[in-house]
Amino acid sequence: MINSVLKKNFSIIITICLFLALFIIGSFTYKGFSNAQVFLNLFVDNAYLIVVAVGMTFVLISGGIDISVGSVVAFVCMFSADLLQKGWNPLMVMVLSLVIGTFGGYIMGYMIHYYGVQPFIATLAGQFLYRGICYVISTESISITDPTYSFIANYQIKLAPKMYLSLSVVIAILMVIIATIVLKYTKFGRNIYAVGGNEKSAGLMGLPVARIKIGVYALSGFCAALGGIVFSFYTLSGYGLQNIGLEMDAIASAVIGGTLLTGGVGTVIGSMFGVLIQGVIQTIIIFQGNLSSWWTKVAVAALLCLFVVLQRVIETRGQQVKHVKVPRKEATISK
Amino acid sequence: MMNKLVKSRLFWPLIALIVLLLFNAIFTKNFFSIQIVDGHLYGNIIDILKNVAPLALLAIGMTMVIATGGIDISVGSVVAISGALACSIIDDRMKIFGNGLITALVIALISGIICGIWNGILVAKVKIQPVVATLILMTAGRGIAQLITKGKIVTINSAAMVNEYYFIGAGYLLGIPFAVFIVLIALIIVLIFVKRTAFGLFLESLGTNNRSSHLAGIKVDKLILITYVVSGFMAALAGILISSNIKGADCNNAGLFIELDAILAVAIGGNSLNGGRFSITSSIVGALVIQCLTTTVYALGVQPQIISLVKAIVIIAICLFQSNQFREAVFGCFNHSKKSKNLLSKKGAQIS
Amino acid sequence: MAIEPLLTMRKICKDFPGVKALTDVNFTLRAGEIHALLGENGAGKSTLIKVLTGVEKLDDGQIELNGEGILAKNPKHAQALGISTVYQEVNLCANLSVAENIFIGREPKKNGLIDWKTINTRTKELLKKLNIDIDVSQILGQYSVAIQQMIAIARAIDIDAKVLILDEPTSSLDTTECEKLFAVMRQLRSEGIGIVFVTHFLDQVYAVSDRITILRNGQLVGEFLAEKLPKIELIGKMIGKDYDTLSQTIKNSNDDKNTDKKIFLRAEKASSIGNIEAFTLDIKKSEVLGLAGLLGSGRSETARVIFGADKLSTGEIVINGKKETLNRPLDAIKKGIAYCPEDRKTDGILGNLSIRENIILALQAKYGLFKFIGHKEQEEIADRYIKLLEIKTPSREQLIKNLSGGNQQKVILARWLATNPDLLILDEPTRGIDVGTKAEIQKLVVQLADEGMAVIFISSEMDEMIRCCSRMAVFSEKQKLGEIQGDEISEQEIMKMIAGGK
Repeated sequence: MINSVLKKNFSIIITICLFLALFIIGSFTYKGFSNAQVFLNLFVDNAYLIVVAVGMTFVLISGGIDISVGSVVAFVCMFSADLLQKGWNPLMVMVLSLVIGTFGGYIMGYMIHYYGVQPFIATLAGQFLYRGICYVISTESISITDPTYSFIANYQIKLAPKMYLSLSVVIAILMVIIATIVLKYTKFGRNIYAVGGNEKSAGLMGLPVARIKIGVYALSGFCAALGGIVFSFYTLSGYGLQNIGLEMDAIASAVIGGTLLTGGVGTVIGSMFGVLIQGVIQTIIIFQGNLSSWWTKVAVAALLCLFVVLQRVIETRGQQVKHVKVPRKEATISK
Repeated sequence: MMNKLVKSRLFWPLIALIVLLLFNAIFTKNFFSIQIVDGHLYGNIIDILKNVAPLALLAIGMTMVIATGGIDISVGSVVAISGALACSIIDDRMKIFGNGLITALVIALISGIICGIWNGILVAKVKIQPVVATLILMTAGRGIAQLITKGKIVTINSAAMVNEYYFIGAGYLLGIPFAVFIVLIALIIVLIFVKRTAFGLFLESLGTNNRSSHLAGIKVDKLILITYVVSGFMAALAGILISSNIKGADCNNAGLFIELDAILAVAIGGNSLNGGRFSITSSIVGALVIQCLTTTVYALGVQPQIISLVKAIVIIAICLFQSNQFREAVFGCFNHSKKSKNLLSKKGAQIS
Repeated sequence: MAIEPLLTMRKICKDFPGVKALTDVNFTLRAGEIHALLGENGAGKSTLIKVLTGVEKLDDGQIELNGEGILAKNPKHAQALGISTVYQEVNLCANLSVAENIFIGREPKKNGLIDWKTINTRTKELLKKLNIDIDVSQILGQYSVAIQQMIAIARAIDIDAKVLILDEPTSSLDTTECEKLFAVMRQLRSEGIGIVFVTHFLDQVYAVSDRITILRNGQLVGEFLAEKLPKIELIGKMIGKDYDTLSQTIKNSNDDKNTDKKIFLRAEKASSIGNIEAFTLDIKKSEVLGLAGLLGSGRSETARVIFGADKLSTGEIVINGKKETLNRPLDAIKKGIAYCPEDRKTDGILGNLSIRENIILALQAKYGLFKFIGHKEQEEIADRYIKLLEIKTPSREQLIKNLSGGNQQKVILARWLATNPDLLILDEPTRGIDVGTKAEIQKLVVQLADEGMAVIFISSEMDEMIRCCSRMAVFSEKQKLGEIQGDEISEQEIMKMIAGGK
């Protein structure tokens, strides 16, 4: 029994082990690392990335890719900051951001499915557009001083005397839970795996391929926008040049978490741990003190590279092993 | 006849360029005026030619990569790495290599080649999707560049060879910007390679169908590797030009988002972003269109930020236009009424 | 057995650019009947099925199910109407579990969430009916193609089908598995389901079918009761008059035995892991060698190993007495081997390139990067082969994707002939081609052998191979079983070897 459980969840187990290993290494190397708040901060500081990674996981499972998410986050921050500065209602701003993000994703999905534009091109164009609008709004950074935002940003959920979580973490965890349920227990979720596994078969089996493919991009847009809102709670400002390369972080999180780039395989919990792994690496580097924070990016890129190469190696080995000869049963000649 | 005109790859980008130039001729004062100052040519047109040089170089490499059905979004980071290396060596910050100009240039160019080999191996041998493979270098690359300059902006004003270095990106030879010569030489060498050997044919073939090309005997892996190496080399060369112009290396901004411009240039040049047939000259024209657009916007006094937005709209429009399904959906509407008329008459004949 | 027609298709017409796929075809299926749909490749069987299931839109004609006119807009709609299809390639998702593949799109729910327990239980029961006992929660991709095929059939059965279409379902099944399938088919028939059985295995047709409909060249030849149509007549109706004249010409060249034919290539205990087990094969000049076997038996894999497209795991390849290492197709091409792949669409043509470019490509690859074939010479070569093979095109600059299937195949042939090969391997060269071009290609094959070339011929149509080949190597389940020559060659002999294989 244990064996089959191990086999089925193999990649998540690897990811969790990697996370624990890194955390333990950090605890032994640096004083104060094994502090509970340090652990909780992994969630607090990276809540926005968890949310974005959830959306990215959906897209990757369906066999696509979305490199516009970084610019969506930047756009939402800038957009919110600008409108809040002009006195708009914060709730209105948040809702509007989500609508725009979802709609933008829908458009990209539409172009990809119905017009045959390659996913990375369509989402690259999206990246252009979102950043472009950012700069038009302002080339400088805008602060968010709205009281609701400040309140949410500073609100601390006290778990214990020296342990707290932010509201954003609640949002992130909620997204992970909802996404896991959707992926495992709803038709939409299962159809995504089917389309990612074999789009042609999915179509022939009667699944609504168009709705799935466009849906995941809309969902990714939604998650990116939500991630943007969470990020704006974190930084309380908007700036056009922020979150450059965020898409790599999201993709890396998903891949390290066990999502196959080729589609059809992946879990949101794995992606969450992928984010936490990045967080641990960053924390280690901060504790180290001497290394520039750029090392985090390099380390994550290296990890992504390693995992992607490993995925390829396993894939090619798997294809060879599959054709092992199945012994024929006693053949009776009957025509 | 219309079909043939539209299909000729140079047509539309040239039209776009001519339209922009005409626009400027009418609305911008002295746009076409060229004066001779300090023994070299001076004017808006000359500026465009000088400033487009880095982008043109990138467009050469990017055209070939896209022709194979791939993409290279790491070029911006390679630009940063190359500039960082060159400046660090010239400014005597890296004690390993000395501080000669030639050493600096050679090391910088080799770094581009190494980056290209890295990308090429990931894409061709390990068979990772190009966008992810080059995404890795794109993020790590800028980090590496920062590490080379130790996070600071390097300026080489006090270096021994600063003037010679500055000449590369900003100097003039025979009155024309030196950068233009660099681009022309690079272009001629690449064009000879593409047209006078089987390289162009093989590239178009493997961009059209990877598997068929392999079974026809084409060394697909090697060719893909070569395109990424060329792209990396061109990026490194562009990085030298850019850092030479500012006499320094700014790793945060050098080449930032330039990969988007390069891809846009290739698209404006009429090359399909899915791979297959390609024309490097058209991409150069595409680069000129982008540079012209930038100059026009500045000359008009419009907010420069608008440029990003315009570029975004242009690339979306091109994507849609390149899509058969889109063209059918839009123009099919007009043919629809004709078709149903024909069908009706055919049915009538059969029933009787 | 019910008598009123369950499904009626009347005067169905369908055209593709350059090819009339179906002209005024009628097809009737009764409830509680197994109805075989036969015809050579290109006869129109697949198109008829595609039109029925909504994959393609018909140009003209009517379809009625239980007396009501229907028109399936897409496969899902066809399924909803009660028409289920099981295809030759397993159209399931290998990354999902067995149970999920059966129920996806119609998962039973409990409290709004998918009820996995029920899915697994019901799947187990369903598979029990088919005598399959496997762990249904495991990933489908882990199981053999035969099992996957059965799962596909199970899925089709479970969806309340009135009409079940089986498109070449036995291509990867061995005899025991075929029997299981036939038992299920008979059971479904007794439940009143109408089954359309598309196959090219004639003995299987007679084993289970009640009626037979034959198509040829996109037209209906006729509908017959199986028990009233002798096999020889059946074959005759499928291929028409061409059979006699062609077999005459072939007979003549087959008459001289394999005396003193020089060996061009010898594969000694060659194998490729996962693709083909160790085999020893001699390929002789001036001979057409056929590779016979069912789908998945390893014929194409054998060809690919000889061509260097797959790596050799054991053994060696000896060409003209010298041992050679073929790591990639280019190595084989340089040694005089040519390979016309099975799927010309994905592995052969370069759609957006011109006919000229497609023809000179392999030759240019042989010359390498720097010895560029000048434009003028390219045009000469292209023109030469356009004339020789009678390729129908307005110009050599026409894009190959605009040509008909038959002409495309000719261009690919031209590509390989241009390299002047000593060995030409043809993998399904006549698939999906009109009968006229088919005959031309078969004649060409024999002619090339007469002129000294070594030819390997692979085809899923036994008759075609028997006509053209003077020697046959028989394959089954990725193993070479043996060889037969000259008079020994017959469909029965081949099927006997496959059935009695290890």
